Amino acid sequence: MTLYVSGISTLGPGLPGWAGSRAVLAGERPWCEAGRPRPSASLLPPNEQRRSSETVRWAIEVAQEVMQQTKADAREVASVFASSDGETVVLDRLCTELATPQRTISPTLFHHSVHNAASGYWGIATGSQQSSTVLACYDSSFCAAMLEAAAYAQIEERPVLLVAYDLPSPAPLYAARPLRGGFATALLLTRTPAPHNLAQLDLALSNDLSEDATSMDDPRLEAIRNGNQAARSLPLLAAIARQRGTLVRLEYLGDLRLLIRVMPCRSSVKTLSAD
Amino acid sequence: MAQGLVDGHTKKDGSHRIDDHCPNQAVDGVLYGTQGSRDPVPQDRPVATRTMAPLILTRYTLVSALGKGLDETYRALRNRRSGLRPCDFEDVGITTYIGRVDDVENMSFGGGSASTQLEQFDCRNNRLALLGLQQDGFTQAVIEARERYGAHRVAVLVGSSTSGILETEHAYCHRDPASGALPSSYLTSHRYTHNMFSAAHFVRTYLGLRGPAMVISTACSSSAKAFATAARFIEAGFCDAAVVGGVDSLCLTILYGFASLQLMSRSPCRPCDENRDGLTLGESAGFALLEKSEHADQPGAVALSGYGESCDGYHMSHPHPEGTGAIKAMQAALLRSGLTSADIDYIHLHGTATRANDSIEDAAVHSVFGPSTPCSSTKGWTGHTLGAAGVTGAVIAALSLTRRFVPGTVNTTRLDPNLNSHVLLENREQPVQRVLSNSFGFGGNNCSLIFGTV
Repeated sequence: MTLYVSGISTLGPGLPGWAGSRAVLAGERPWCEAGRPRPSASLLPPNEQRRSSETVRWAIEVAQEVMQQTKADAREVASVFASSDGETVVLDRLCTELATPQRTISPTLFHHSVHNAASGYWGIATGSQQSSTVLACYDSSFCAAMLEAAAYAQIEERPVLLVAYDLPSPAPLYAARPLRGGFATALLLTRTPAPHNLAQLDLALSNDLSEDATSMDDPRLEAIRNGNQAARSLPLLAAIARQRGTLVRLEYLGDLRLLIRVMPCRSSVKTLSAD
Repeated sequence: MAQGLVDGHTKKDGSHRIDDHCPNQAVDGVLYGTQGSRDPVPQDRPVATRTMAPLILTRYTLVSALGKGLDETYRALRNRRSGLRPCDFEDVGITTYIGRVDDVENMSFGGGSASTQLEQFDCRNNRLALLGLQQDGFTQAVIEARERYGAHRVAVLVGSSTSGILETEHAYCHRDPASGALPSSYLTSHRYTHNMFSAAHFVRTYLGLRGPAMVISTACSSSAKAFATAARFIEAGFCDAAVVGGVDSLCLTILYGFASLQLMSRSPCRPCDENRDGLTLGESAGFALLEKSEHADQPGAVALSGYGESCDGYHMSHPHPEGTGAIKAMQAALLRSGLTSADIDYIHLHGTATRANDSIEDAAVHSVFGPSTPCSSTKGWTGHTLGAAGVTGAVIAALSLTRRFVPGTVNTTRLDPNLNSHVLLENREQPVQRVLSNSFGFGGNNCSLIFGTV
């Protein structure tokens, strides 16, 4: 199955958006330690920026960078949001309150607890009424999202915005799911090519486990990849940044591999880069 | 070309027809793949007018407050026996009713040779899932499909909104007083109980499947959307069959959460009633095995013939006042099925019995179907089972098709005169060929499904 990438974003430690990350992922510049990004998700109305969780803001931040790059109309784009752990800060507050005798929880806290909070905010911010699917598949969530987005783009014949994101849980939930750092990525995928595509992707699902999943050459980026399901996308993002034909193998559920053949398209990714 | 990829079939017109090359058997380990082409793929079909090939529900089942399996569910619907009872869940101090499934607290989980691997999944949500898998020969039907297609060719797509959060609620009550740490037993079981993937992980493990899997979590439309994803995955060739389902179980989060939103009735919910005052929460687990019709030789079988998905883009917990998202979902489902509104014999409403949902859904249904198509809500029987509401509606639609009856609406005594759709209060005995079922969720996430007989 063939797909085209028309927009891309990433947010993680030392990876502050695509413009600031492309050269690092292409191996042209070393990765440098940096503080945790504090995305503003400026697309959200001010009171929603204030009320939304940090998880929502990370997801919206990468989604909006992609839409700004591509100038696509968000009202014409379907979306697939993928998160393994969802709104953990909200869940921590809910469960803390439910453990008290009063069990008084606020209505806002409750409706912010749903796994599809970021998707709902995306719809509210953009006014898009297109389908939005929100999924979870533990450490394979990004991989599952690629399948869902690919099938949607092919069969529903509509561009799909894929957004994968997770932040480390607050204590005490952190001990149950110790994600190493926050990570978010977004891709705008279409079934038909367009003049400014960044890459062509050919997808195949395989149960041949003889080859390991693709890892990152830089051990520090490899540590990021291993520490968060959304960062499992890094080999794919790096292949797109390098603009060289590459076969990327992503692990899917232990007994499957998603093989993605990445081929550069004519226009250079560098046109989108700030450096 | 990537090593090991099988060739795709390129048609004479240059287009790739992705449904032409889904090998039943793995070739060199590749389950699905195409050779990439740099040529533009022509836009050969107008958007959203392509009809889908119906997918057979080879086997389906439901466990809810109405009982375990199809026969108990059908009897309760026919006899108008509601499954709602005064809230007796744990120590919940809210005056309300609930649709609780009996005996979940006391059932043994796992057992047999695979017990160690399965026991780690033990929580209320997966117990409910297990009860579902054990009804109506469902597990046996999946095993036969697994043997027919190969374990890697059967997907697991499950909808859930709160997964096993009850385990986390309990763990927070047992934090270490000094450090605040959660019990160590919880820390190791979290992945298999509360994590959002848990239900699909459990079902996949229990059924010995190795195909694509995920949990879809879009609040109350979750398990309806699982059918849409299954249809796409089968058409895309990612799998040959799919176990589609939904599981959501009672927990403090939803009981106290809906109470905080003042959306919960103190009495059994009364959908579409003039004096309706909110929803009643329930729990259920439902499953369907979906296959292409050429692989399922069952005349008279129930098939998924359409699906439509949309968002409101309006508010996190209040539906769009004009129901534009709901209208889009119903219209998309009709387009996908190649049917018109006149072809639908019965509409299974989302019908939660909140003031807003029922009046906005009524306006949306009326604008698509007019005033004559019979519709009803079964939430007065089962309660609102949230992420499992979609599959609950699907199984009730299948019962309506196969047992030639239309359920009415229980608990409702005075139909809201402001509603313009044809809301049924009493059951009807009549042949039914096409049913549309609605599911609408928080975040403004909508999905409509159409089922018919082949």
